[in-house]
Amino acid sequence: MATSHASVSSHAKAAHNPKLQDSRCLSPLLEWMKHHIEHQTALETTILKDCTYFTRKEILRLHGRYHELAPHLVPMDYTNEPDVKVPLALIVNMPELKENPFRNRIVESFSEDGMGNLSFNDFVDMFSVLSEMAPRELKAIYAFKIYDFNVDNFLCKEDLEKTLNRLTKEELTPEEVVLVCEKSIEESDLDGDNKLSFADFENMISRAPEFLSTFHIRI
Amino acid sequence: MDSVDAVFLPDRRGPACNPLLDQLPSYQSLLYRRKPSHEGSTKRRSSSQRGGRFGSLSNKWTSARAENKQKSATLQRPVREQPKTMEEKRRDREQRREQDRRLGGWSQWQRSMRRSLRRMRDDGLDLLRGLELWRGDIHVIEGMFGTGILSYFSFLRFLVLLNFIMFLLMFGFVMLPIIMAPSASGNVTSYISNSSQCSDYPSSSRQGLVVFHQYIADLLSGTGFLEQTYLFYGYYRVGGVHFPRFSYNLPLAYLLVTAAYLLLSLVWIVKRSAAGFKQNLIQDEDRFQSFCNKIFSGWDFCITNENASRLKRSSLLYELKTDLEEERIKQKIADRTRKDKCRIFALRVVLNVFVIAVLAGCFYCIYRATIFSQEAQMKSPTNFIMDLIFEYLPSIVITMANFLTPQVFSLIVQFEDYSPAFEIRFTLMRCVFMRLASIGVLLFSLWSQITSCEGSCPCGYNHKLYPCWETRVGQEMYKLMIFDFIIIGAVTVFVEFPRKIIYNYCPCGLAKWWGQQEFAIPQNVLEIVYGQTICWIGTFYCPLLPAISTIKFFIVFYIKKVSLVNNCRPATRPFRASSSNFFFLVVLLIGLALACVPVLVSIAQIPSSQACGPFIYYKTSWNVVPEAVKALPVGLRTFLYALASEPFAVSLFVITCLAMFYVIALAGAHKQVINQLREQLAMEGRDKRFLIQKLSYAQKRASAGHSSSSARSNRFQSTQSRENSGVFLVQPAPDSATQV
Repeated sequence: MATSHASVSSHAKAAHNPKLQDSRCLSPLLEWMKHHIEHQTALETTILKDCTYFTRKEILRLHGRYHELAPHLVPMDYTNEPDVKVPLALIVNMPELKENPFRNRIVESFSEDGMGNLSFNDFVDMFSVLSEMAPRELKAIYAFKIYDFNVDNFLCKEDLEKTLNRLTKEELTPEEVVLVCEKSIEESDLDGDNKLSFADFENMISRAPEFLSTFHIRI
Repeated sequence: MDSVDAVFLPDRRGPACNPLLDQLPSYQSLLYRRKPSHEGSTKRRSSSQRGGRFGSLSNKWTSARAENKQKSATLQRPVREQPKTMEEKRRDREQRREQDRRLGGWSQWQRSMRRSLRRMRDDGLDLLRGLELWRGDIHVIEGMFGTGILSYFSFLRFLVLLNFIMFLLMFGFVMLPIIMAPSASGNVTSYISNSSQCSDYPSSSRQGLVVFHQYIADLLSGTGFLEQTYLFYGYYRVGGVHFPRFSYNLPLAYLLVTAAYLLLSLVWIVKRSAAGFKQNLIQDEDRFQSFCNKIFSGWDFCITNENASRLKRSSLLYELKTDLEEERIKQKIADRTRKDKCRIFALRVVLNVFVIAVLAGCFYCIYRATIFSQEAQMKSPTNFIMDLIFEYLPSIVITMANFLTPQVFSLIVQFEDYSPAFEIRFTLMRCVFMRLASIGVLLFSLWSQITSCEGSCPCGYNHKLYPCWETRVGQEMYKLMIFDFIIIGAVTVFVEFPRKIIYNYCPCGLAKWWGQQEFAIPQNVLEIVYGQTICWIGTFYCPLLPAISTIKFFIVFYIKKVSLVNNCRPATRPFRASSSNFFFLVVLLIGLALACVPVLVSIAQIPSSQACGPFIYYKTSWNVVPEAVKALPVGLRTFLYALASEPFAVSLFVITCLAMFYVIALAGAHKQVINQLREQLAMEGRDKRFLIQKLSYAQKRASAGHSSSSARSNRFQSTQSRENSGVFLVQPAPDSATQV
């Protein structure tokens, strides 16, 4: 899979440059370049394979998707790590995220600058955590970050109300919203401070049976 | 309350938390576990506020300490399980490889071996997952309708696999020796019929001029030419297959394969339900945190379709409103007076009696229909269509009963004044009972026919009407299965598609009232469990039934998928994935338990027919086992007799009971401990807040008391301003006693 992708990309590179295509004396150089690109790609995908829950094939497919988001920005071949970041607005329009009410928060939680601009590594990281093979503890950590709208490491009433409003598109009456948030905090707040710390959240999520199956994006 | 909460009052700009809180060991461990999302920006902001030198120094110090703690805390976990950015993970990976290179040869080899084993295991699992049946189709369904309906389709896939394995068992151990005997130079000893009246088996093949539609009738009801094929029990008139080197006891194999497939199904289902069982029985968390579950794990992240997301939203809304309603009803129930309770109790008794009467009525109809059908089959064929209807009469009656009774039950349960969740479950239980008991009634009425003769039964069964009664039972099961399949197809084509067409193209009131088709998961699941129960019962009498069942479920998958994608919208009352898996498997287990009863009774009690089948010379089908045991060597024989003796059975029973009581007591003790720990946690939280309040109060007084020292107060001011930059900055106050 790696070799075919790399050879396609090197062939594309050659097609762009007619000089390379015609000159015979440069063919050994082409061969070397092809091998170098293949080797680099293989190395990169091995590194990412260790750091995520994806296979080599899936990582290359993800790179294709990442490239599609911003073809003019992202280089097509996958050799070094260019310092390219795709902005938030392009990522949340992906079909997998388009219908998700928390798409902005998801992308922001995985970006390094907190503004939602993802490099390819962050992109792969995001889908790796949201894949079906990531363990519950890892997902719980990121879920907490996603639902923490004001980023204060607590899920306070305002966070819960925002979550609920996004979920139901504000079709509950304000009294119902307040009631539901109060009941949720009542159910899971262990240390009695009227908001959920990460320990409370993790304890509650470990007893939520569908968390693993719903907190999961297929790509 | 206010003074205690003062340390936690949220600030719009950012959290105004006490810096002491940052130094608590629990906070430090949380920081190592996750990356704060704007750590970079806070570092930049904080370093611009003060002098660069001091800031960078403490930054380096904290980050170095952080690195060390990280390494020691997460050394054992694989890189990909850590919640850090990709850059940090790559750095970690490089660091680990560096460490490995520095280690000696043996541990280096060990590590690389472990790593490559893990990679091989991942690749192997990936390969297996790629071989999964229908992976792409289920992917599409999950995206459009969410995980509740997905569980129905993966349940269907599980049943296809189960039936296929059952067919392989039957084929491999019963049919293959017979088929292979000529080519493997073995010979098959068939039974020679003696001239007693019991072994008189009139041929069922049609003679003379046979009309074409007779063949179709035979195909649909398993009579005629089908009776003398591998399809039915009667064909296996084989005593044993003798190969050059050993002889194969076919009757014993037939019986043992029956036991094997029942056991295999039991083990597989229990294994599959183990995960869900734990959650549903031991942690009854749904009562305790239903709101949290809905808010935090209610949205299905797999949804990509706009329609599906709109419907998911409305179903979540509906669920939340239902839950709020339940709370209100719980309050109402608690407020009931004694008079109300008596009235409701009396009403419930009356309605339950009514339900039992309805059930009894249905069962009686099935009984009469079966007897009528059996008598009609004894007569010579007259009209093709009428004959077919008489043959299928029990199936028709069962299907109609199973269609009408759920409507009746859901109507009745509304008057019984239960909470909505209990209503659903109760109706479902009644429907399950109705479906599965109807098969039982059919079999019971069949057996009452088989074992009733005028006067006494010389052969133990009615040999005049049923020379080969097992084949007849097999034919009834075959007919049930075929009819079930026809009904599923017919309902989809003649009810669901027209409904969609009417809804889309006809703006009349009828269309709006009838509404769009919803994929009702409980009814669909009951349908396929019903089909599977028939298969389990019927395989003993009709060995090729698992193959037919596999093909049937295979086609049903595509029918249901097409119908779902084209006609249905997701249910407004969503079925949750985890509890649904467990519910499906529980119903399947009930079906299996119900299927075991007729099979075991007929093997052990009813004399096997002496005109056909492998058990001609045995009194009952079970007798082949004692005979085979008698032929074993002495040691093994005494061992098996000891296993089957009463002392062993009783002591096994007692030991099992003791183990069960022990486990129940253990679970109860654990629950108590959990409750105690929960209370302790709450108390600790209150203690913590109290102490912090006291400390900060003391701090304020100390700083206010030393207001003469301006430098100190200035630094304290800068500490206060640093508070606004967030909790992530592990900057201890310079004059705090906890600084190392």
